Amino acid sequence: MKPWGSPEQAGVGALPPNFSERPGDMTEPPVFDRIRTLVSGHDVVLFMKGDRHMPRCGFSNTVVQVLDVTGVDFVDVDVLADDEIREGIKAFTDWPTIPQLYVKGEFVGGCDIVREMYQTGELRDLLAQKGVPHAA
Amino acid sequence: MTLDSQPRAARIRTALEAAFAPLVLEITDESARHAGHAGARPEGETHYRVRIVSAALAGLSRVAAHRTVNTALAAEFAAGLHALAIDAAAPGA
Repeated sequence: MKPWGSPEQAGVGALPPNFSERPGDMTEPPVFDRIRTLVSGHDVVLFMKGDRHMPRCGFSNTVVQVLDVTGVDFVDVDVLADDEIREGIKAFTDWPTIPQLYVKGEFVGGCDIVREMYQTGELRDLLAQKGVPHAA
Repeated sequence: MTLDSQPRAARIRTALEAAFAPLVLEITDESARHAGHAGARPEGETHYRVRIVSAALAGLSRVAAHRTVNTALAAEFAAGLHALAIDAAAPGA
């Protein structure tokens, strides 16, 4: 895998296909606006099962622990408490599973990717690059 | 019974072999480790791990690589596949 930040690494910054406004597209679910507001209103947003204090899925728990040890503030969104978000976030991101991590409005990945980026130091690099405060 | 005698594992293998012609393809059923969790079913076949090495993944970001794997398995996600841990790489990466 190449390091993050090189120009061809479109993935981490790539917006989901449905992210941009598409005039005339009346088929977009209303929940997309709610999700856009969430991910653009906070530096780091984690869509997860349960909440940060009581994750209800091992994969969500892993990402919470990574973010905690990285010392970054984040907003947790419990998809189990909101069926519209639970289904909507999968379509919005074009990603079939939970958890999903967003930084500065951009999808970073699910559990495997976040854990790997933590282990390689790329997660800290990404946060620094985006100007998101975190522990040194 | 061997893993590939499971209908879902066999379908996952068929779909990924067709999409990626992988050099390495390991499929692990981890459903038992998630028994009783949300998404788990008594009959299992809900939680899988795949390790795939394919030239088709060369040059893709992690998100893009995972998306291509997920897309190849869209029919399984639509039919009760709940969780898929992915280790995707290109040869030599």
